[in-house]
Amino acid sequence: MPTVSVRKDLLFQALGREYTDDEFDELCFEFGLELDEITSEKEIISREQGEVKSEGASDIILYKIDVPANRYDLLCLEGLVRGLQVFKERALTPRYRRVCPSGNPHRLIITEETVAVRPHAVAAVLRNIAFTQERYDSFIELQEKLHQNVCRKRALVAIGTHDLDTISGVFTYTAKPPGDILFKPLNQTKEYTAIKLMSLYKSDSHLRHYLHIIEDKPVFPVIYDSNGIVLSMPPIINGDHSKITLNTKNVFIECTGTDLTKAKTVLDIIVTMFSEYCKEPFTVEEVEVVYPDGKTLIYPELAYRTETITADFINKAVGINESAESVAQMLTRMCLRSEVMGDHIQVEIPPTRSDVIHACDIMEDAAIAYGFNNIIHTTPHTYTVSNQLPLNKLTELLRHDLAASGFTEALTFALCSQEDIADKLGKNITDIEAVHIANPKTAEFQVARTTLLPGLLKTVGANKKMPLPLKLFEISDVVLKDESKGMVCIYVGARNNRRLCAIFYNKTPGFEVIHGLLDRIMQLLEVKPGQGEGYRIQSASDATYFPGRCAEIFVRDKSIGRLGVLHPDVISRFEITMPCSALDIDIEHFL
Amino acid sequence: MADNGLLESVLQHVEKVDDGVDSQAVAISLGLDHQTVVGAVKSLQALGDVILAEQRTSKHWELTGEGADIAERGSHEARVFGAIPKDGLLQTELMKLPSGRVGFSKAMSSKWIRMDKGHEGGPRVFRMVETIEDVVRQKLLLVRQGKSAELEEKDKNELKKRKLLTEVTVKSYWITKGGSFSTSITKQETELTAEMISSGSWRDKKFKLYNFDALGMALDCGHLHPLMKVRTQFRQIFLEMGFTEMPTNNFIESSFWNFDSLFQPQQHPARDQHDTFFLSDPALAHEFPQDYLEKVKKVHTEGGYGSQGYKYDWKLEEARKNVLRTHTTAVSARMLYRLAQQEEFTPVKYFSIDRVFRNETLDATHLAEFHQIEGVVADYGLTLGDLMGVLHQFFTKLGLKKWVEVGNSGIFRPEMLLPMGLPEGVTVIAWGLSLERPTMIKYGINNIRELVGHKVNLQMVYDSPLCRLDS
Repeated sequence: MPTVSVRKDLLFQALGREYTDDEFDELCFEFGLELDEITSEKEIISREQGEVKSEGASDIILYKIDVPANRYDLLCLEGLVRGLQVFKERALTPRYRRVCPSGNPHRLIITEETVAVRPHAVAAVLRNIAFTQERYDSFIELQEKLHQNVCRKRALVAIGTHDLDTISGVFTYTAKPPGDILFKPLNQTKEYTAIKLMSLYKSDSHLRHYLHIIEDKPVFPVIYDSNGIVLSMPPIINGDHSKITLNTKNVFIECTGTDLTKAKTVLDIIVTMFSEYCKEPFTVEEVEVVYPDGKTLIYPELAYRTETITADFINKAVGINESAESVAQMLTRMCLRSEVMGDHIQVEIPPTRSDVIHACDIMEDAAIAYGFNNIIHTTPHTYTVSNQLPLNKLTELLRHDLAASGFTEALTFALCSQEDIADKLGKNITDIEAVHIANPKTAEFQVARTTLLPGLLKTVGANKKMPLPLKLFEISDVVLKDESKGMVCIYVGARNNRRLCAIFYNKTPGFEVIHGLLDRIMQLLEVKPGQGEGYRIQSASDATYFPGRCAEIFVRDKSIGRLGVLHPDVISRFEITMPCSALDIDIEHFL
Repeated sequence: MADNGLLESVLQHVEKVDDGVDSQAVAISLGLDHQTVVGAVKSLQALGDVILAEQRTSKHWELTGEGADIAERGSHEARVFGAIPKDGLLQTELMKLPSGRVGFSKAMSSKWIRMDKGHEGGPRVFRMVETIEDVVRQKLLLVRQGKSAELEEKDKNELKKRKLLTEVTVKSYWITKGGSFSTSITKQETELTAEMISSGSWRDKKFKLYNFDALGMALDCGHLHPLMKVRTQFRQIFLEMGFTEMPTNNFIESSFWNFDSLFQPQQHPARDQHDTFFLSDPALAHEFPQDYLEKVKKVHTEGGYGSQGYKYDWKLEEARKNVLRTHTTAVSARMLYRLAQQEEFTPVKYFSIDRVFRNETLDATHLAEFHQIEGVVADYGLTLGDLMGVLHQFFTKLGLKKWVEVGNSGIFRPEMLLPMGLPEGVTVIAWGLSLERPTMIKYGINNIRELVGHKVNLQMVYDSPLCRLDS
């Protein structure tokens, strides 16, 4: 959930009234937001870098507001204020208009080379805008918020904003080998080739995070004006030449990306939010975008869409009973202008609300406007009889009886290192049917466990000070690579297996104890000792166990696991010191 | 323990008096050290209601070592007097006597003796009287006989100043007869035995009292893990509410079921390498229900079912990537898909509690794996009010309403349900929370590593109480 930070004084000024912190908190809640924190720049710096560093920082109060992830229209002060004013019926939702300039509109020509790296571009112009320091800061901040959220850290979309009066159309969006791109980037004093820029920004705390998006491409995207001035090299950096300032009157905005839908959304959000400050508010000057195939499209789209719903739909989904007029009014308060048309309600989805893609989103807004706290709690009439999963039922029953047999339950991780399931147990990882993780951050998460034994031995290792003997067990799942089709309807190449593992750790190995536990478990599962229908154990060889002290367990002539005295090398590798016997069985045989 | 003879002597003393006797008096009367009698009193108390003993403190006068010596052999001055023969004694000789210096000056001031300084052969001491009365000794003898009360206060202070008497505080017992008073002692048994039961001899025996202030023996027992105890309770709650358990024993999922089927777009940040564990082996899933897969692809790409869709290029390659499931909702999706394949829809209530995995940055409250609790209800015409009602009932059973904050809830989107083939009009409400968070709150644990994993202190497991969520 993105957090938007706004100055309290500017917010209240724009809202045209004061609130106490509690009142504003309440207002946020009603509107489906959360006032996360009340702080100041000084407080933030003081907390993060110490009091000394905070000296001289601003102590203007900031409200940090949590905004739902897909509400891009609430990511800046302008949008928040507009949303709240409409919600409280102190203003009407503005109507955003795309206008054609008196002369020809600006053109952005996309060349074929961009297909290899970043094929989409859209653009618009904000004409006669009046910046102040606060508006300018908010404009920059909104771009950053969009970059971090909907733009997926610039991978999907990157925004460039330019002082239109410093450049001249027609603009060309193309892609060139990095050695052929030469310009003075924003806030630098000299020209660099794209190759040099990439190495320059390797150490830039901010920009280095975006380099990976294009660095392995043969060509880099770049936008030129008709005089060959570089506007930007998306998604990395703009040119210094066209940078906007407080005095900028006309802003050229371009959004390039790999996802056209998102690029259009981002452009719509920027222009709808900041056209408020244009001489003719809420109008945006169009730009013609010409595609390699010659097709021409006009941007920004600023598309309005109408959905037709009924009050009945809203009432039944939310569990309320409101008239069509009332529902229409609630939706209008959520910036979704609605009108009752006979039996139906026509709901207009503005270009700011790209998050509304289905009638269920309209229903959610109606519920917010109605007030979640006003909805009466009801009990569904759904009558069902419950069932336990047989495997979990067996697990629950066995756990209780293992504890009753004097063993203590451990709870260990399903993920571990390769070493834990192989080397430490005297096995070779290539012989083990383990599932391997592609992107572990540390060795602790290299594989999913194939046996519960390492977890129990590590538990002993962390509890060496406890009085002996230690009698531990765990019943849980291991994961095995399995090429056969299992019970699950989709084949992923692996399956879980429910295991029971128990260990006895003492000054003497206590094989008889662990053997006795097996007998008790078999008794609980109604399997009698003996050949054929019964259970028996038979000498086996296993590198995890001490030679001659390991047996395989057969139930109805099927092997279900092993028991024995652990190999001294295994004991040492887990950094424990006493003899230990273990039992490790698959309990899925007993379903 | 004091021997029975002593105990019986004490009891005989107590028998003689109706309103009780002081242990000091008993000691004097038996000619024993008081502490010996106190020991006997304690042994008698341990026998039960034989005697009642009330502790008292009293002050009394006692002879010092020197005082006792004087009571025995006379005062220093009397000894000096007795050492002088008729014809006197040289002063130098007299001073050599043990009592010489002190006795000389006292006898002089009592005018029992005189000194002739000019006597030939050196100063010589002579008796002045025929007989003397050794008052100091007499007074000390009175104290020794326990009759210090007969002495005047002035005398006692005088003797105290001479370090012959000292005033001591004595803790003694006032002993009276108990409910089962008897002058004879029966031997106490430590424990009841089988022999006593069969012979009936327990009827005549006295049993040593237990010390109920001590703790019992630590038992050698097994224990269940606290988190698993909480899991049992959550299962119980769901079962009480009529929810059926889902098969969640598949940690490995395809991205298709983990994300795509839930209408989560392929560019969603949760599908990033930094949040999700992908597999290198087996890296890809095969074989999906082809029909359904096409519908999922279409709803992402173009929309449908009343939706605009996400309008992006949906890739099968992305959906095939295997992951360690990031939520159990992947299983809910499979279950709802299976439900949709039924000939006729039947309402269901499902739950699960099982492990999920996140490739997150670890801290005091986050591990790479945790248990997710999930509840799902699917039926025609469910409302937001129903969702809130069910949640309310569920959290009421947990006992704490504020626990609502630890979870998430919602209504599944039509873009998820309709491609599965669920009938239009069927609503699915769901909620989820972690098992660890409420457990940490319940047991007051701040660091998740103290609760889960091999590093937990087994003592914590040994000591953990019953889990009753609603109390």
